[in-house]
Amino acid sequence: MIVFVIYAIIFVASFFIVKFAVQSATTDYTSLKTVTFGDESAVTPNRIASVISVLTIFLLWGAFTGSKLVPGFLHAPGPFIGDATFTYTAEAGGQQDDATVTVRVFPVGEEVAAPEVDPGDGWAKNDADTIGAWRSGLIRVDRNDELGRDEGHTVVAVNGTPISPGVSVETDFGRVGMSPKGTLNFTPAKGWQMEPIWLPPPESVVARMGEIANEGYRDSTLWEHLGYSLFRVIVGFFFGALVGIPLGYAMGLSNWFRGWFDPIVEFMRPVPPLALIPLVIIWAGIGEVGKIILLFLAALWIMAIAARAGVSGVAISKVHAAYSLGASKFQIMRHVIVPNSLPEIFTGARVAMGVCWGTVVAAELVAAEKGAGMMIMVASKFQLTDIVIMGIILIGIIGFGIDILMRMAEKALVPWKGKI
Amino acid sequence: MTHTAGLSIETISMRFDLPNGTSVQALKDVTLNIKEGEIMSVLGPSGCGKTTLLNIIAGFLAPTEGQIVMNGHKVLGPDAERGMVFQQGALFEWMSVRDNVSFGPRMAGKRERDWAENVDHLLDVVGLRDFKEKSVYELSGGMQQRVALARCLANDPDVILMDEPLGALDALTREKMQSLVLKLWKETGKTIILITHSVEEALLLGERLLVMAPRPGRIHKEYRLPFADLGVDQDLREVKKHADFGVKREEILGMIWDMEEEIMGRAEAAS
Repeated sequence: MIVFVIYAIIFVASFFIVKFAVQSATTDYTSLKTVTFGDESAVTPNRIASVISVLTIFLLWGAFTGSKLVPGFLHAPGPFIGDATFTYTAEAGGQQDDATVTVRVFPVGEEVAAPEVDPGDGWAKNDADTIGAWRSGLIRVDRNDELGRDEGHTVVAVNGTPISPGVSVETDFGRVGMSPKGTLNFTPAKGWQMEPIWLPPPESVVARMGEIANEGYRDSTLWEHLGYSLFRVIVGFFFGALVGIPLGYAMGLSNWFRGWFDPIVEFMRPVPPLALIPLVIIWAGIGEVGKIILLFLAALWIMAIAARAGVSGVAISKVHAAYSLGASKFQIMRHVIVPNSLPEIFTGARVAMGVCWGTVVAAELVAAEKGAGMMIMVASKFQLTDIVIMGIILIGIIGFGIDILMRMAEKALVPWKGKI
Repeated sequence: MTHTAGLSIETISMRFDLPNGTSVQALKDVTLNIKEGEIMSVLGPSGCGKTTLLNIIAGFLAPTEGQIVMNGHKVLGPDAERGMVFQQGALFEWMSVRDNVSFGPRMAGKRERDWAENVDHLLDVVGLRDFKEKSVYELSGGMQQRVALARCLANDPDVILMDEPLGALDALTREKMQSLVLKLWKETGKTIILITHSVEEALLLGERLLVMAPRPGRIHKEYRLPFADLGVDQDLREVKKHADFGVKREEILGMIWDMEEEIMGRAEAAS
């Protein structure tokens, strides 16, 4: 919750700061328009905003995970680390006595010894224990006391505040609670930072990526995992396009083909490829063949519909013009219908590649021996959150990269798109 | 088979059956003979079957009755002997200007050395020599129509059919294009049939002018005019100052207005 408030504050504050800073310097023609609100053409992504947006995400990520990349004064309050103390009042055999508990709170993963403490006066002796940050632990204060449970040892107060089972007392270092059986239970203050097993800091994700890139994970290098995912997408998409495009053309050009395949295509189109995963696993197992069949099916309908739309989209006057210039049916197909459908096919290919990439990751999450999805699925089972986050970032980058490549290819191959 | 050369339209009727069971008589008993080298403009209110007639001549539609005979044979489908220029160019965006213009000869399997000279000449005539390697979507509307004209001519058809080829152009460009059409007609001696909505254009570009009437589409009146011949050598604005030009324009405009009003009246009576 606090993160969203901070995020909103940064959003609003940077808007006004950038606006005031940029306003004086800007003289582009958009700023000369009297009407810009409601004029969609005057809206372009503000690149300063994009940069601040990305930096803000990393800043918040770093600040709330205690990252070393973010200066210390920007860190959100971290968990308490160090020696926490509180006193308790115990009662046994009608006598009351006070003693101090010293708990050494250590960062998880480090080995520490309990602090040395002076036993102190009275029958209740001072205690020492260790607890990891973000954890909690039972503290058996009666163990070293001269009067034990056999004598009716009960803790009645902590730091002078009365305590009983189910009641807890806040101290400067954390919360002291009491279990139903009367044992004290100490939870050191957690602060606002996230525990690494929930969200590791950016540098440990980067470090993990370096480690996996060098040493691999689950018997395969990082590049093998990503390469397998990409390979499945490309092969599946290739066969999907190889069958789907001619099918779409046939549906666009022949009554019989359209009638025959319309029910199949219209039925299969709304079925999410993810819903086919179980069936494909039953039929073809979890190996490469199953994955490629799945991606083939994911790409097939999209490409068929795109090709059909491309054929339907050809202006009849172009076909007529070609006929009256003496072109044969084959020539009209080759020189008019196919090139005319390319923009639609590219749009379909971009969608299909996106769907295939999402489907392959999902399929690998379900079952695979190699792949980006399998990597994050296995890592999550071992609570290796840094690998999970690294995997998600890499999957995002690759998906984005695929789309950019498709757009570049589209620009190079169908330069007339959107200009007619 | 009355003619060996030229185009004869023999009692063409066209009826479209609508899905709701009714039918529309788009053309009724249209008979017409067009001599080789004639330029004829066709005028008429919306829905009089002008475009249907042109599509039948081009071979894109088969008439319900009657036939088209061209150069002694019956028209059964589209053919390179009848070229067509559309309102919106209908150019191929994936080809350069030169590839568009040379489309016909290339589809006929001719080698580049056989058509290159003619194509370059036509690009010169329409004033697009410097644009021949450009993509057609980079050109203005007027330039695109000139590409369409050159593309049609490069295929050397006997008849050129024009379906409101200048309809989408601005007034100035339109006037220049009208001169160009006349110039090309005189230079090439092609038979041209031109559909238009503009009475002035029909007067300027028609040796023969056909006024059609709607429901059913039929030939209402035919004129023989001197203006196309005059326009070959004269500025078109001079031609328009011709006393007879104004008279004819008013006469035809009145005729079309009457038809439009009749249609409106019928629509009102029906409702």
